[in-house]
Amino acid sequence: MSTSTLTRPGARAAVPSKGGDRRPRYGIYFIALLLVGVIVAPIAYIIIGGFRSNAEITQDPAGFPTQWRIENYANVLGSPVFWREVGNSTIAAVATTLLVVVLGVMAAYVLARYRFKGRNALFSVFTAGLMFPMTVAITPLYILVRSLGLMNSLAGVVIPQVGFQLSMTIIILVPFLRTIPTELEEAAFMDGCSRLGFFWRMVIPLSMPGVVTVGILAFIASWNSYMLPLFILNSESSYTLPLGVQAFASQYSVDTAKVLAFTSLSMIPALVFFSLFERRIVGGLTGAVKG
Amino acid sequence: MTPTNDSVVQTQVAKAESAQGGGDAVASPSPARGHARRRWALRTEIAFLAGPALLVFLTFVILPVIIAAYYGFFSWSGYGPATDFVGLRNYVVILQDEAFQAALRHNAIIVVLSLVIQGPIALGLALLLNRKMRFQSGLRVLIFAPYVISEVVVGTGWSLILASNGALNGLLDKLGLAGLQQDWLSNPSLAIWTLMAIITWKYIGFAVILFLAGLQGIPEEILEAAAIDGASYWQIQRRITLPLMGPTLRIWAFLSIIGSLQLFDLVYIVWGQYVAETAGTSTMATYMVSSGRNAGSYGYGNAVAVVIFLISLAVALLYQRFVLRRDTEGAVTGGNDN
Repeated sequence: MSTSTLTRPGARAAVPSKGGDRRPRYGIYFIALLLVGVIVAPIAYIIIGGFRSNAEITQDPAGFPTQWRIENYANVLGSPVFWREVGNSTIAAVATTLLVVVLGVMAAYVLARYRFKGRNALFSVFTAGLMFPMTVAITPLYILVRSLGLMNSLAGVVIPQVGFQLSMTIIILVPFLRTIPTELEEAAFMDGCSRLGFFWRMVIPLSMPGVVTVGILAFIASWNSYMLPLFILNSESSYTLPLGVQAFASQYSVDTAKVLAFTSLSMIPALVFFSLFERRIVGGLTGAVKG
Repeated sequence: MTPTNDSVVQTQVAKAESAQGGGDAVASPSPARGHARRRWALRTEIAFLAGPALLVFLTFVILPVIIAAYYGFFSWSGYGPATDFVGLRNYVVILQDEAFQAALRHNAIIVVLSLVIQGPIALGLALLLNRKMRFQSGLRVLIFAPYVISEVVVGTGWSLILASNGALNGLLDKLGLAGLQQDWLSNPSLAIWTLMAIITWKYIGFAVILFLAGLQGIPEEILEAAAIDGASYWQIQRRITLPLMGPTLRIWAFLSIIGSLQLFDLVYIVWGQYVAETAGTSTMATYMVSSGRNAGSYGYGNAVAVVIFLISLAVALLYQRFVLRRDTEGAVTGGNDN
């Protein structure tokens, strides 16, 4: 500590992390470790449980496998039902993501860059969507989708999902599109670029960080969505993975190990997807949260 | 559409057109006609760009609530035309139903406990994760993992862990703490806390993501200046970071309240529609599904949806009026004109 008196000003200025952090770090690592334990334990239980036998789980619910069995996982991976549900979830998530991004960017561009009467009202309409969550709309939504003849079809899940994702998408994208300098726009017009040409050539590339963020959020939301598919998809052949997990869990309720294997396999895609893009999400939200 | 409002766009359009070698301006000698045509082109562009999103949004987000308001006045089974108009009777029944009152009470508890439990923990975690440390990126992914995993997986996993013969009780037994074993899911005085534990575990990652984004928006220079002036780490967090995080915290609280009022998936998956009521974890949304759709009374279910909506709306408007007013330039409240 005695040397710190001499080096303090310089040391502080040199500290790269925010908030003038110059305490010893052991405490942090301890808290971090504790945290990891609390968060990981349930996930680890699900994954490891899939390697155990039912007899083991009944006898000693919190134990490790005496012998790591892969047959639960092999059974799930070999079942056409699992892959059909993966396929349905993938189609729904990709379609939702593409539609949300395309429609969202177009609408956000208008809200961010055009001046017209009623623009604020339009923005308010979209932001009000945050107060219209799926829960409230689900019963009439079911009736609406049914009368459109979209029951048991992925389109019946995708289109409403797009509607519900648009609010958040537009809220995140508008600040991004606002930051594109007007001079850039003027220069582009001087060079003979049309407004729509400017949109394709400049706006889309410049808003990519925000687009990626909303795309990932839409993908994960769709991949995990439960309530809407629960109402819309009644036939097993149209089930998405979350419905599949639940159906599997009730069908094999005595076969805990198998349920655990099915459950762990179904969470892999969202986890992989998220860990690849985690930085992007935080970065993309920064613009939106500042307001 | 007043001329002053779109003057900027008009100048830009004019520039673009003149740059394109004359265009409209030359083709139409009358300035008034050119003006009208440009305005028409502008409207077409706006309709082309914003129209599809608006159409999907109005049809699948706004319209259902209007449909709900309509069918809420009927005693309707969900099939055939709704003919049995009952006026406000559904609403009278809802408000008098003790099961609904219990569900509303549970929602209120969840709102308050979510704010009180998640807020401080998430802020602490965000500050921790914002520091430079080893494995920072891996740690972030881990904290967000529960948020990324679907409600079904979380619900299925936790219900196996918390069952009376499940892993948690097994673990307590192993640790020699068999006395602490509980019926975590079905003991009515305990189940709401079990639910809160699951909610916290699942959703804390969202709060942390939001707070991290907010922290990154704080200019480094301010923090460095404070550090050079001799402020301690905690002084800096309390006097500078926390106030600057205000808008982010208020937006998170808003989303958390709305989410808590709408809670459905986790309760429905872990407890199921009938058990939730006896275990003391039912919510307005699970009440809506069990007494509406699953009981074959769609009119009633729609009326419950309207009640949930009105409660959410009232809470949101009050919140915006009294809390978010300071952030009217913020993202959620909208309407910031540049």
